[in-house]
Amino acid sequence: MNRKLSFSLGALAIFIMLLGPMDFTPFGLPWSGLKTYPTYALTLWLVTAIAAMGVNLIVGYAGLETLAQAAFLGIGAYTSALMHRNGVPFAVCFLTAGAVCFLVGIVLGFPALRVQKHYLAFVTLAFSVFVWLVIRNEEWLTGGTESLKNVRRPVIFGISLQRPEIYYYWFVAGVTLLLAFLMWWLIRSPWGRAFTALRENPIRAESLGIDVRGYTLTAFAIGSAYGGFAGSLLGPLIGILDPNSFVLSKSLEYMLIVVAGGSGYFLGPFVGAAVAVLLPEWLRFAQDYYLIIFALLVILLMAFFPTGIVGLFERLTTRARRPHADDKGPTLGGPSLGTPSTPAGSTTVAGAKT
Amino acid sequence: MSTATAAQPVAMTSQTDGKVLEVRDISKSFGGVHAVRGVTFDVREGEILGLIGPNGSGKSTLFNCILGQLTPTSGEVLVSGRSVTGLRPSELNRLGIGRTFQLLQVFPQLTVRENLILAGQEHEGSRLKRLFGPRDAGLTANANRMIDFFRLGHLSDEKAGGLSYGQQKLLDCAMAFMAGPRLVLLDEPAGGVNLTMLGNLKERLQAINKATGATFVVIEHNMEFVMSLCTRIIVLAEGKIIAEGPPDTIRKNPEVIEAYLGH
Repeated sequence: MNRKLSFSLGALAIFIMLLGPMDFTPFGLPWSGLKTYPTYALTLWLVTAIAAMGVNLIVGYAGLETLAQAAFLGIGAYTSALMHRNGVPFAVCFLTAGAVCFLVGIVLGFPALRVQKHYLAFVTLAFSVFVWLVIRNEEWLTGGTESLKNVRRPVIFGISLQRPEIYYYWFVAGVTLLLAFLMWWLIRSPWGRAFTALRENPIRAESLGIDVRGYTLTAFAIGSAYGGFAGSLLGPLIGILDPNSFVLSKSLEYMLIVVAGGSGYFLGPFVGAAVAVLLPEWLRFAQDYYLIIFALLVILLMAFFPTGIVGLFERLTTRARRPHADDKGPTLGGPSLGTPSTPAGSTTVAGAKT
Repeated sequence: MSTATAAQPVAMTSQTDGKVLEVRDISKSFGGVHAVRGVTFDVREGEILGLIGPNGSGKSTLFNCILGQLTPTSGEVLVSGRSVTGLRPSELNRLGIGRTFQLLQVFPQLTVRENLILAGQEHEGSRLKRLFGPRDAGLTANANRMIDFFRLGHLSDEKAGGLSYGQQKLLDCAMAFMAGPRLVLLDEPAGGVNLTMLGNLKERLQAINKATGATFVVIEHNMEFVMSLCTRIIVLAEGKIIAEGPPDTIRKNPEVIEAYLGH
């Protein structure tokens, strides 16, 4: 796929996403849009995708582990909801939720400098349980198991997003687009390259001047902030905050979403979140068998396509290119170091990027 | 420093009598194993110093102590007269010291050009500037020059993981030079490289040395390669220096033949 085509397709997809759920009957068109519940499900998909984008940065790009994303959603959700109910404008609540998680993310990132892989997963797992216990037990603040009720949706420019459902959907979609753009910018910037270096070979990265410590903490902080942003949007969506929305198994689910969708691919979190949030709705007829179907899907995916759905798709759409097995290259008359030369790649046909 | 490239040699300070690197009585023990025992030597500006010795003689451990990968048990390392013991590898790299590792160390998922841009990007501007600046950190032209120089032109957009071993080895080397270092420590650059490629590599290293005045320290087992590339050689055995001198003297040294060359 060339750039222009991908861009057009992306724009078209966003356009359909935004207008698809809308009721067109007032305009005389035979499409009455989505009902409240499907629109709610779509919004939940976007919120889940935001949180998964954060996990994808930490796990997919920087090669670290986190089993604490649900905890960050919790921190973000309660921070935002408690501030909002005390009259703070939602924009401030939203940014504070992200900022708090950013700072906590830095702190949680420190163990990542000492322990790696599943040891790091255990550290974040413990943190996840800790946060859940705090939410459950500090009833004076969070309402505990009685849950925090009446989490209101914001009023933006005088328009209440309480209902119809599509208003809040549009709001969340706008925020998702913004956060997705920021993430896209981040992973395409030299920082993104440094994160990839961190994942592939931290020792070599360090020897090339890359501050592995700094980048590790940054990845953790930004990824966790995305969890906070998602949490801030989740409360008003559901309308009630319950500790069990932020239990450990939820953290595992975010990890699963990223891995199933395609860890290290930009669209991975969106696809993975669709599988986890929307697929259950379509598989309603299967009722209790849904979980079995889902589990089988994940097992098959991991066994045969460990790069996830997006990785599988990429493999199907691009032909495998192998470089020439020519070890020698031109042996005589290479350009000298001091003189500028013709741009490299002009002699090869392999330069086309997908 | 920040704009230094392979094409622009960086002048050394003259207060250090042309010594780029001073290793002062470095020792390193792992539990009861004394890998390096009180090694002292200087590296003068512009020279190509060979470091040879049997397997397990402490060469790579010494490299890792100099470059901050390991903390020496005792001793001191000075770069251009400044003590750098205890600095992290990334800080040392940003001071102008490049290195390659014994085992192949490229980033397989990045293309050849991206590998090189990565190798240079942390030397360009501040970190915040890099986030908002161009994706290539302004290094594409530099990377292309390096690609041409190491004759990898036909591979610029290939993922490094798809290259042959020898090609990856060349890329590995090119990455060490991307930021225009004054001092480069190469750990077995010729290991597993075929003869044609080896000639290419040696010639490229000598060309950089000539063009930029960069200083090299080279660990190598390929005697022909070391003897023809280096201007001076240090022989290490059981963590200690047993001989030091120009290639011809080393070749004839009975102690060296006993410890290493004879085998």
